[in-house]
Parts: sequence; structure tokens; C-alpha cells
Amino acid sequence: MTAVQTSALALNPRPADAGDGAHLDVERVRQEFPILAERPYGKPLVYLDSAATSQKPQAVIDAMSAFYSRDNANVHRGVHYLSERATEAYEAARAKVGGFLNAAHASEIVFTRGTTEAINLVAQTYAGTHLGEGDEVLITAMEHHSNIVPWQMVCEQRGARLRVAPISDAGELLVDELEELIGPSTKLVAVTHVSNVLGTINPIRRITDIAHARGAHVLVDGAQAAPHLDIDVQALGCDFYALSGHKMYGPTGIGVLWGPGELLEEMPPYQGGGDMIASVSFERTVYNKVPYKFEAGTANLAGAVGLGAAIDFLDRLGHEALAAHEHDVLTYGIRALSEVPGLRLIGTAPAKASVLSFLLDGVHPHDIGTVLDRHGVAIRAGHHCAQPLLARLGLAATARASLACYSTRHDIDVLVAGLDTVKEALR
Amino acid sequence: MNVDLGDLYQEVIIDHGRHPRNFGELAGATHTAEGFNPLCGDQLTLYVKLADGHIAAIAFQGAGCAISQASASLMTTALKGKHEEEALALFGRVHAMLTEGPNGGVRPAELGKLAVLSGVWEFPMRVKCATLAWHTLRSALEATAEPVSTE
Repeated sequence: MTAVQTSALALNPRPADAGDGAHLDVERVRQEFPILAERPYGKPLVYLDSAATSQKPQAVIDAMSAFYSRDNANVHRGVHYLSERATEAYEAARAKVGGFLNAAHASEIVFTRGTTEAINLVAQTYAGTHLGEGDEVLITAMEHHSNIVPWQMVCEQRGARLRVAPISDAGELLVDELEELIGPSTKLVAVTHVSNVLGTINPIRRITDIAHARGAHVLVDGAQAAPHLDIDVQALGCDFYALSGHKMYGPTGIGVLWGPGELLEEMPPYQGGGDMIASVSFERTVYNKVPYKFEAGTANLAGAVGLGAAIDFLDRLGHEALAAHEHDVLTYGIRALSEVPGLRLIGTAPAKASVLSFLLDGVHPHDIGTVLDRHGVAIRAGHHCAQPLLARLGLAATARASLACYSTRHDIDVLVAGLDTVKEALR
Repeated sequence: MNVDLGDLYQEVIIDHGRHPRNFGELAGATHTAEGFNPLCGDQLTLYVKLADGHIAAIAFQGAGCAISQASASLMTTALKGKHEEEALALFGRVHAMLTEGPNGGVRPAELGKLAVLSGVWEFPMRVKCATLAWHTLRSALEATAEPVSTE
């Protein structure tokens, strides 16, 4: 592993949960989200689309505003005061992410535009150099398009083969079948931690153990897991972990790729440009150290700062209190929706987080979405960027209500009442 | 803006959405086209049988929301017997009504039963649901090789 560049890269350990075992005061939490005071069509906003993007607490909005108001300058090259402050803020955010994921070192945190770019980075640099003719990449039937298409692209480029591990009708990954699909040609397994359509939580540790025993690396798409689960990349044993800031109360346009230092070191750069170099001449360029080797061009500095503030916010809530709260609302939602006549829940795995996908007899999800919208209820309707998964389930679309720290049982009640009006409008 | 849901989900739309007319495959079709709305997964196949430039028969198959199904169903009932040129002209007028509303220069009343689609304009996220069948019609008549996408 290469020595770190600045002392700011020292890891920022995640503080112990402030509210360990404590109850999450959801009304107080809601006060921190100014957008929840919006009234679409004059109705109180019931935001049940957090799996698409979460809303942002005031602390995140303020942190970004403060960065632009007081610290803004380009990083890593200015000799002046502001550049130093901006660099410090940017690297402090990296250290927070390192702590959030329990990375061994903050230099293992690569900032990207989001999960999608993080996966593309691994596909083009790691897979792009390790895959040979006839090699295989294994994904699962419940992946988001962003954990399918980059692999299709690199498999095409390298003459490799993309294989798909099956799921049950309830939406659980069939790990025994996955195990059988991992052979000597399997170079990489790419799997989502939490399904954005089903809410299923996949047994990552089990998958990494199986894959590693057969010499395959594992990438985990953590976009839907990061806002809900306590993530420890070392305990998960994976080789790459990708997440998006905007799904975990941070801003859009910032995401993270984590990988162990030695693995990142051996990978070629992703994009060429400024900041990713140590020296450039027309004959030869020497690349910068990790993580900078992968961060060509001026990064989304304020975005990283906002993500750091989002991690502070999550730490302040406390993981246990947050998990208990979200579990309560999810369980309440499952029960309440199950009692709606003609409603069918899609995705009924026992290990499940914060997503309620459903169908309503005789009503298309898109129509459900439009009627609910007029009642101030924001849900998602469609294929959720997981068309192969919906095809596997024999569906074209689902309606999806998804939860976050600010979701309440009352939100579920309004949703269920709204479904009555859906039936009425479309009778 | 507080548009009444009733403007969108008019009774005729609900009826055609639930019980689409001219639904099924059409034997002897001279023109077919596929339409797809990637946003919501709505999909339809349109079959047209042209004879002497006139639409002798027309049918569709597919799956989608109430608006897309009703629009396709209403379209088939409106087009039967029409000349190809008339059908394309109607495409233009319906498209203007759906995408531009009152600014499109089309008085819904002139469009007969299709006037029930005039409320869709006020729901921007749903306009593509209603235009899908019509784009597919144009593709079928102009024999475009590629499937139509509303994106």
C-alpha cells in the first residue's frame, strides 16, 4: 500500500451511536427536513420515494452552502489559504466516508459521481484488464440496470460472458444456485446489497466467502443499503463497495467506490486528466497515488462536503435507533398494505429493508402514481431501472413506496387511504 | 395548479382502458409496428390493414396504464374506414392537443370521442402514455423499421 499523501487522510473513526438503543424521535427528525413542509396541490407532502432519492436535512444544505460561502477554491494545488481550507474540507469528507464504511484507510475511498460511475470504473479498469476470452462475470436477477449494463459492455469488449444467478418468486437470491454458477472462469461477482425493487437484503458475507474460495472478486452495489444498514466493508469481506450520496441524505452527483488499497493500486486509471497525475510530459505520464489516480478533473467538492455532513447526520441519528424506527414503519406498512383488498406485495423476503413494491388488481401502477400524487403522496411507478427483474417476475411495472428516517406510520395510513381513492377514480 | 383527476380519468377513458376495443392480433394486416414507453414499460403492437389507401381494419395488442390503453382503443375506433392521409392528419391534430393543450390550435370538440383525451395535457408526466399509440400508428403507416419509443 502506498503511503498517504496528507495527514488529512488519517481515518476518521465513526463515533459510537449517539442514540444507541435509543428511540428515534421522528417528529424532531422531520423538523430537520425543510422540504417536508411542502404542500403539493395543497396537501401535506407524504414522501414515499426515498429509494429514488432521499430528501436532505438542513445540516447537509447548510454544509454545502457554507463551503461555497467560505471555503470554495480548487483543491490539491493552490498554495493559498482558501485552497488549503477547501482541500481540508474535501479530505475530511473522505475520512468520514472511510469511517462510515469501516475502511482500513481513507485513501481507499474514491469519490465518483455516484454508484453508477463507481461500477463503471471497476468494470472498465479492473474487469477491463482482468477479463479474458471466455471468462465470466456473475450478477443476479435482481440487479439495477447500473449493475448490469457496465458488465455487459465490458464482457462484450473482452469476449467474456455475463451470467445471472436466479431468485425465488418471493425475491430471495438463490445462493446455492449462485454457488453452482461460480466456476474457474468466474472473475467477478457483482451483487446488490439491498434490492431497489424488492427491498431484499442479500447475504453478502456468505457470497464473498463462496466467491473468494473460488478466486473470484466481489463488487457490492450499496446504493440502497447505505441509507439503512450499518456497513462494514471489512466484515462483509467484499472487494469493491459502491454507493451514492443522494440516496443517503447527501447531494446528487457524488458517490463512492471503496476498494482495498492494494487492489486499487494495481488497477489502471479510469479517466485521464488533471489531479490524477504525478507528472506529465508528452512522452510519459506518471499517475498519482490512489485514490487520486481515479479522480481526474476537479471533483464535486461541495458534493463531497455535503456527503460528509450526511454521514454526520446519520451518526447523530444512531444506527440502532434508525434501524429500529425504519423496521417499525416497514413492518407496519407490510401489515397495512396486506390488508388492502386486491393488493399484492412484490418482494416478501424475510430479510428486507425499507421498500414496499406492490400491485393493485386491475389498476396499472402508473395510474396509481398519478392519483396518489394528487393526494400529496409521492411514490414511484414503473420498472425501477430493473427491467430484467420485472421480466423474471412476469411484470412490466410495480408501484413502489420506499421509506427513510423521516417516514412515519401516518405516511402509511395516508398511502392506504389514497389507495381507496385510486380504486374509486379508476373503478 | 390543482387539476381535477376527473379531467384525466374521464368515464370514457376508464371504460376503454378496462375494455379496450379492437384488441387482439389482426390477421391479414398489411402494416404493423411496435411501440414502447421505456419510462413506464407500456408496450403495444399495432396492426393495420390498408385497402386502396383506406384503413379497412385496425387492431392492437399490448399492456399499459389506463391512459395508454384507452388512447389506443379510442384511436382504433376513430380510424376505421379513414384514408391513410386522413389518419396521419388526425395524428397531427391529436398530437397537438395532447402536447400543447389549448395552445395547439385544436378544438377538442372537433375530434369527436377523442376529445376525452384533452385533459391529459394537464398531466405532463402522462402525455407520453397517450401519444404512444399515435406514434406507433405513424410508424406503421410510414413503415419505419425501428420500434417506436416515446423517449
